[in-house]
Amino acid sequence: MMPFYHAAKIAFAGLKTNKTRSALTILGIVIGVTAIIMVVSLGQGAKNLILGQIEGIGARTIGIIPGRQPKGPTDILATLTASLKTRDLVALGRKENVPHAEDIMPIVFGSETASYEGETYRPTIFGGNELMADIYDAYPERGRNISADDVRASADVVVLGPTVIERLSPDHDLLGKRIKIKGRNFLVIGILPKKGGASFINFDEMALMPYTTAQNYIFGIKHFNRVAVRADNEANVASTVEDIKATLRELHGITDPDKDDFGVETQADALKTVGTILSTLTVFLAMVAAISLVVGGVGIMNIMLVSVTDRTREIGLRKALGATNGNILAQFLLEAVILTGIGGIVGILLGAGLSFGISLAISNLFGLAWTFTFPAGAAFLGIVISTIVGLIFGLYPAQKAAAKSPIEALRYE
Amino acid sequence: MSLMEVKSLEMTYRDEEVATPVLRGLTFQINKGEFVAVMGPSGSGKSTLLHILGFLERQTGGEYLFENKQTNEYSEEDIARIRNKKLGFVFQSFNLLPRTEVLENVKLPLLYSGLKEEVWDGMAREAIEAVGLSHRTNFEPSQLSGGEKQRVAIARALVNNPEVIFADEPTGNLDSKSGEVVMEIIEKLHSEMGHTVILITHETYTAEYAERIIRLRDGMVESDTKVLNRRTGKKFTK
Repeated sequence: MMPFYHAAKIAFAGLKTNKTRSALTILGIVIGVTAIIMVVSLGQGAKNLILGQIEGIGARTIGIIPGRQPKGPTDILATLTASLKTRDLVALGRKENVPHAEDIMPIVFGSETASYEGETYRPTIFGGNELMADIYDAYPERGRNISADDVRASADVVVLGPTVIERLSPDHDLLGKRIKIKGRNFLVIGILPKKGGASFINFDEMALMPYTTAQNYIFGIKHFNRVAVRADNEANVASTVEDIKATLRELHGITDPDKDDFGVETQADALKTVGTILSTLTVFLAMVAAISLVVGGVGIMNIMLVSVTDRTREIGLRKALGATNGNILAQFLLEAVILTGIGGIVGILLGAGLSFGISLAISNLFGLAWTFTFPAGAAFLGIVISTIVGLIFGLYPAQKAAAKSPIEALRYE
Repeated sequence: MSLMEVKSLEMTYRDEEVATPVLRGLTFQINKGEFVAVMGPSGSGKSTLLHILGFLERQTGGEYLFENKQTNEYSEEDIARIRNKKLGFVFQSFNLLPRTEVLENVKLPLLYSGLKEEVWDGMAREAIEAVGLSHRTNFEPSQLSGGEKQRVAIARALVNNPEVIFADEPTGNLDSKSGEVVMEIIEKLHSEMGHTVILITHETYTAEYAERIIRLRDGMVESDTKVLNRRTGKKFTK
């Protein structure tokens, strides 16, 4: 048997004499691998960006949602109810019930029309307490935050997002002015900085106020739409979730966890959900891209078959000079594998380069914290798959070449 | 000493149930060191005979003994090894690899020889020297004249130092002057280097370089005569 590197040398020489054809042949593989690398790299970048923003809200934050939570996509019986009220807040606030709950904030929200000197806009009303700015990183750019006193007094004060300001009064500074919401006068005490739509929660279009004010004067309700609980540190999030569940079940007289009239979600859950969605999407797109590799493989087979016919004389000559069927098979198979292997490497470089360029463009044009990730796993897989594609689609033409009789081959004109 | 021997050799091509007999019972023996010309009109079966003797095709009837061994049972691997080690081919249409320099073309048989790569270069250069083309070592076939191409092909046939050199109409594509140069070289392979040469030709003047002429007609031996070698005047002796 001929040493492998001799066979590789022959194959390389064969490819070198047909440079243009070789280059065209690998184009399909190059495009396929490039697509895979780009999909995976950009998918990873998007995932990092979104997860980073969710994490910004705080990994210690736990959300309690009223109503029975859907158990799956077909569970349509889940209903929103008014199951979270002040007594729940009081119970959760007791250290003996939930020892690691550091902060508790009830939240009510909904839409309501706001107006200022004839201009109207319908912002999202977000009612919380003095912890709101800290929990959601929503500190006013100017003015002050909602205080505990505002909450106690159901004060008619509001902190506005920049979009609300623009819509109501593009020319005037509204800080210290009064605007009308649902026919009631509210003093604008703070203005939020512009964050843009890229944030996980868009505060630009919100009007923040004490939850008591929102409950009493805007929505006329006694319950909360959500309660945010912050554990004293990340390690205690899981135990705090259990404590919250136990406390609420006891308070609501629930023995069967399946009948819970509330739901508890953590940042970790949200991270996991978003992560799973993005990973699934990335894998799906990468698979679509991988199909193009198969198409590339068919292209390789096509050109290899043409090449075998084209080089019938060469095959016959090599056989006359002592090449065995195995030598010829190895030569053509290696040519296919070398082609796809080179295609894979070029695809990885091209894909990584393009992804890097796009990442740079995204972070510069949109001002996002988008980072470039080189998908080493996908790169490795790209090389392996393209090599396998070469083996599979190179085999048939190589067998055809090996089976040629030297005489037929030499006679071929 | 008998190198090749055929007994009642037959070759019949079958194409869609139509049988075309090409060789119809040839019997002769070729000794080591002989220079034999096989002549005959086209269709007489001379190329087919060369293909069988050169292990490029198998006969459909009769026997072929190479170095006193029956060749029927040789495997594809055995045959490839014999083609590589014992035989050298020179074709009418040169069959050089295009866009591949002379040195690499001549090395081609060595790739399949199992010899160490270190010796390839020396062997190839020696063979190129033997056909007087050292000054063309790094040329590509497209830069060579017809006669030079055929001399490269001869160097390639020589490089493994084979027992027999088969030349199938080696001057068929050449002008008479280049043909003469090529024939001089082939003759030297026989007279100076001791190779057995089997030459297929239909030109009498080319056949005159040989010591023995086998004439074929309709797949049978018409005549088998020893002749005077034109260059040396030496008569073939058994």
